[in-house]
Amino acid sequence: MAATGGRRGVKAMGEMLMRTQQRRTVTYMPRPGDGAPRAVTLLPGDGIGPLVTGAAVQVMKAMHAPVYFEEYEVSGKMDKVPLEVMDSIRRNKVCLKGGLATPVGGGVSSLNVQLRKELDLFASLVHCFNLPGLKTRHDNVNIVVIRENTEGEYSGLEHEVVPGVVESLKVITKFCSERIAKYAFEYAYLNNRKTVTAVHKANIMKLADGLFLESCREVAKNYPGIKYNEVIVDNCCMQLVSKPQQFDVMVTPNLYGTLVANTAAGIAGGTGVMPGGNVGADHAIFEQGASAGNVGNERLVAGKTANPTALLLSSAMMLRHLQFPSFADRLEQAVMSVIAEGTYRTKDLGGTSSTQDVVDAVIDKLN
Amino acid sequence: MAMQGARSRLSSVLSRRLLASHHPAAASPVASRRSISSESDEEKTITATLFPGDGIGPEIAVSVKQIFEAVKAPIEWDEHYVGTKVDPRTGSFLTWESMESVRRNGIGLKGPMTTPIGKGFKSLNLTLRKELGLYANVRPCLSIPGYKTRYDNVDLVTIRENTEGEYSGLEHQVVRGVVESIKIITRQASLRVARYAFHYAQLHGRKRVSAIHKANIMKKTDGLFLECCREVAAEYPDIVYEEVIIDNCCMMLVKNPALFDVLVMPNLYGDIVSDLCAGLIGGLGLTPSGNIGDNGLALMEAVHGTAPDIAGKNMANPTALLLSSVMMLHHLKLSDHADRIHNAVLTTISEGKYLTSDLGGKSTTSDYTKALIDHL
Repeated sequence: MAATGGRRGVKAMGEMLMRTQQRRTVTYMPRPGDGAPRAVTLLPGDGIGPLVTGAAVQVMKAMHAPVYFEEYEVSGKMDKVPLEVMDSIRRNKVCLKGGLATPVGGGVSSLNVQLRKELDLFASLVHCFNLPGLKTRHDNVNIVVIRENTEGEYSGLEHEVVPGVVESLKVITKFCSERIAKYAFEYAYLNNRKTVTAVHKANIMKLADGLFLESCREVAKNYPGIKYNEVIVDNCCMQLVSKPQQFDVMVTPNLYGTLVANTAAGIAGGTGVMPGGNVGADHAIFEQGASAGNVGNERLVAGKTANPTALLLSSAMMLRHLQFPSFADRLEQAVMSVIAEGTYRTKDLGGTSSTQDVVDAVIDKLN
Repeated sequence: MAMQGARSRLSSVLSRRLLASHHPAAASPVASRRSISSESDEEKTITATLFPGDGIGPEIAVSVKQIFEAVKAPIEWDEHYVGTKVDPRTGSFLTWESMESVRRNGIGLKGPMTTPIGKGFKSLNLTLRKELGLYANVRPCLSIPGYKTRYDNVDLVTIRENTEGEYSGLEHQVVRGVVESIKIITRQASLRVARYAFHYAQLHGRKRVSAIHKANIMKKTDGLFLECCREVAAEYPDIVYEEVIIDNCCMMLVKNPALFDVLVMPNLYGDIVSDLCAGLIGGLGLTPSGNIGDNGLALMEAVHGTAPDIAGKNMANPTALLLSSVMMLHHLKLSDHADRIHNAVLTTISEGKYLTSDLGGKSTTSDYTKALIDHL
């Protein structure tokens, strides 16, 4: 009884949320031609990728969003991203992708990393927040993790010194540190965020992480309205699991970013619901946040029960990026109200629905 | 100044007392180590080195000593304090005699210490690690029933490689604005920590060992680490072995920590994951820790800070040091004493009547200690 009462309360909350958002009027004067459909490169990817990108395609179609997809089969098992795919992304500037599996060990390098490096997508952004109505261990989490995406531990420079001794180089440059810091502060500024926290391990890696911090401090000076602080990565993770509310925007070098983003995503409801993407000066790739290499498991694929929420929310981010704000709002509201109602949820959120059940529910909620 | 005076007086008294009671077995490290591992002479007194440390360290060490007396643990403490000047033989404020003591006894317990700020000497933790060859850091994370956190089903152990990896300290500027930092993984160190992890798992009846890595990106370094883990895993067919990518591991830990049992990892990941796990059960004030060194040497420690703001006020929480001493007793195969102390800690905290202020109570260190002794 208590449970249904709670659910009804949540439902009421969800409806209220929708009503207030419906009433909102936005004065928006597009330029002539802004409604012209835009081409988007679609990479369904491996594992659950085709399922969740399929969900996004269906929903976009149902809402008649002004985008059309150029679809390419790419798999993490390939040793290189095919040239035509790179050309397509370069031409369209925007790409929506599912996960690409990364083989552990062996000679093949990660396609996710290749895409980021070739297109110079230097910033990875993951938004970790509590979805209304979805109960998790922590409340009021709203963290944006902005991670340097091109250097650091992911330099790919490794060699065997003598048998049994291997070295790996972490490269930090002033140029990359500065531009990620600038992006993080710009994000905070444009989105009315109050604090930027730099995550580091400069007590041990004094030069490398020291250079990263130095760059952040310099950029911080240009934003007197935004509070800047620093936290050591191990303490950061401990704080995240005990008091995640203290964090706002976080800026990190490459490796720490993936750890922090995954931890924050786990706290706020799991990687199945967190949207994200990678962005550079010219291109952007939108994907399930915090898990570019995560392609789910066979059970999810066979049962068609992957959670499409993250990729749907990422698609909303993409629509906003393409300057279709009202389409983005409608998609986001539909997803949020399905989550808030709680009738159609996949297993990772404690439900029993299939991917298609959730997609149908979302389409049903579109207005 | 007064404090330091007292400190040196105390240690000189202690060393005199110790010299007087020195039994011959302790003179040779091999002999003493052997007497530790054989179970026949369990009640024979074992000498253990104790570093009370700085700040709240001495208070919580007193609490440990009282409780050991109450359970009649056959431990004799050889107390050592951080020196007031740099010992040229160790290049640090920790003296050569202190290091010799741990090497001789093969077992030690350490409170929190602060390295004074300045240049020209090594940090205290680095000194201990290098001098004693501490290669693995072990942290059992167990939810304390009755002390409410957001997670109540944590029961895992993190084992961290402690000598190489990202903490090699090798960094250089290539050109202006470009810096490189070198991570080193060796077969020898990886095998050593993997062996310890499986040994630990078997000894403590644990079912599963997970190697945490990022070998999808760092294919050679973390690849080598995994290769070593697999080799050792093959020698332990009864223990399930799995490999988990570090980012996924973080996500799984915060969603459902019960998925893990024993985790073994390279240095940086170990640092991060062990602190994350401490966060799950309520912070470093409740987390014990142990360091394993050459020839089976072990130095258990409380990893929290020295809390200078409450030092000397009888407010500190001795739980982390106590639980570390429980690990020490287990290491010495004095499991009866260990279990009695462990259960007393659990009962006292879950009753919630005598809690120190960091756990939301009002009790003093001595009240908490007294309550614990009553529960033994």
